[in-house]
Amino acid sequence: MATLTGRRGSFAATRGEIRKRRIIDRLMVGSMIAVTALVCSVLFIIIAYIFYRGVSYINWEFLTSNPRPVGSEGGGIVNAIVGSLILVGIASVMAVPVGVGAAIFIGEFPSPRLQRAVRFMADVLTGVPSIVVGLFAYALIVEPTGTFSGWAGSAALGFIIVPIVLITAQEALRLVPGSLREAALALGVPRWRVIMLVVVPAARRALLTGLILATARALGETAPLIFTTLGNNFWNTDPSRPLSALPLVIYRYAVGPYQEEHRQAWAAAFMLLAVVFFISLMTRVVFRSRYEE
Amino acid sequence: MAQPQATGQQQTERTNGAQPVNGMQFGIDVKPGMIDVVPDEEARLIVRNVHAYYGEAHAVKDITFAMRSRKVTAIIGPSGCGKSTLLRCMNRMHEEQRAARVEGQIILDGENIYDRSVDPVLVRRRIGMVFQKPNPFPTMSIADNVLAGYKLNRVRAGKGDLAERCEVALRRAALWDEVKDQLNRPGTDLSGGQQQRLCIARSLAVDPEILLMDEPCSALDPLATARIEDLVKELSQEITVVIVTHNMQQAARVSDMTAFMLLGRMIEYGPTTDMFTTPRDERTEAYITGRFG
Ligand SMILES: Nc1ncnc2c1ncn2[C@@H]1O[C@H](COP(=O)(O)OP(=O)(O)OP(=O)(O)O)[C@@H](O)[C@H]1O
Ligand SMILES: [Mg+2]
Repeated sequence: MATLTGRRGSFAATRGEIRKRRIIDRLMVGSMIAVTALVCSVLFIIIAYIFYRGVSYINWEFLTSNPRPVGSEGGGIVNAIVGSLILVGIASVMAVPVGVGAAIFIGEFPSPRLQRAVRFMADVLTGVPSIVVGLFAYALIVEPTGTFSGWAGSAALGFIIVPIVLITAQEALRLVPGSLREAALALGVPRWRVIMLVVVPAARRALLTGLILATARALGETAPLIFTTLGNNFWNTDPSRPLSALPLVIYRYAVGPYQEEHRQAWAAAFMLLAVVFFISLMTRVVFRSRYEE
Repeated sequence: MAQPQATGQQQTERTNGAQPVNGMQFGIDVKPGMIDVVPDEEARLIVRNVHAYYGEAHAVKDITFAMRSRKVTAIIGPSGCGKSTLLRCMNRMHEEQRAARVEGQIILDGENIYDRSVDPVLVRRRIGMVFQKPNPFPTMSIADNVLAGYKLNRVRAGKGDLAERCEVALRRAALWDEVKDQLNRPGTDLSGGQQQRLCIARSLAVDPEILLMDEPCSALDPLATARIEDLVKELSQEITVVIVTHNMQQAARVSDMTAFMLLGRMIEYGPTTDMFTTPRDERTEAYITGRFG
């Protein structure tokens, strides 16, 4: 006769086994919670510290005026915020279609060898140090044109965005069930329409995540901008001349000799975080469909 | 694309003539009766010496038979015998898979759908397909799912016209009463059986002449299955239906003609009543009586 407390040969476990299982279960759950908490707390500490150091300096003047001459009080970073948006905007417009297009091409017109080759190159490209990418853009654009420019900075950021978008888009498209593709094809929809109207929309959310990841990364890059767009203390929105950028401002001010500059560096860091956050929020809102929770 | 009837007649005659010759020529075990069971004037879709491959794997081997107009043809056989592959050949979906290839002819209205001048996209609009697992488009509402054939092909039509087509298709699929008040909800919110009827409505909305169904009930409970079976019988008053099924009772219930396949070949084809009462081939009998498969 089997009882719940269990004997050998019955399906019920003995009390000891149950206790052992429970302990292991608790241990595993506990360590998962600990690891999660660790990751989250690191993130939280970084954000909180930047907030603490930066937010006190944020005011209307800081957000709406251009920098003052070095050493004088006041002034702001509006040119850097706008410059960063222009740089990353141009870079995204150039790089996102290339990355997504390449991902669609190798995913939908499969040739295993081509797929492996493109994927390998994308992996290598993500691993190239960003300062090298900057040098490349310098040799490619700054030298021939004879001037530092926003275009050169955007190109450098574009090189950083392309592989990130390509890899995330490839994963996103691969996760779209083949049954959707089949359903559309069987309705007599041409292949390119199936891709553009069924596959891409189905992968939209994951594609968007890749896009946000890539732009956030590009917004924070400093090294590729140093000898491409150079930076600018004045108001400028013309990408054929040097543009200012938030990471450049943080870098210059942080190593400057004045207290005022250090405070501005923290405030700029706070603004950089805020811009990244704002962009990812806006992208999600704009692209949210009525079928997503 | 419609051809004068005389051509269809001619083709059918040639098919008849070619059949025994072909069988003898290659020493292949082909029953001459396979095409004769369907009188010429009743043949709607003629499959002629069709072979299908996945790379080197030969999945469908020299199949010749004809689907009767406005009748239900069931294809039965053990798992892996090539039923789905054969069905996918009939609307040129097979070639969408990697390294997949088809040889032979499939003739609709006197025209070989594998002719070089034929656009597979147009073939699929005339020969619809319903899949084993319901696959509504997750980013579309119920109404948009039904009208997907129009929306994805950017067919221009008045709103009222589309709404009417939507209703007609849903009524034909016996789903209208259940969803008429929630046409704007996502298609994926429906139950499995409703989703499958939604997919049938989607196929019907583009007015196919032939409907191919690949185990449309295998993911459904008995009640939902019964509804789809009724539906299939009703549909056959207007269009020609080919249904692949694992379920012998289902084949007996819904079909007028039954084809039995084994290891990529068609072993026997004839009126369903004959097949289930007096099969000519002992392998058919063994399968039907449940001795294997
Ligand atoms: N994508 C594929 N690549 C390679 N071989 C395949 C592929 N799909 C099917 N096959 C092979 O082709 C043969 C026929 O497959 P098919 O799917 O047509 O069988 P089926 O009769 O529909 O089986 P089931 O009843 O299980 O659905 C099988 O031997 C299978 O291994
Ligand atoms: Mg199958």
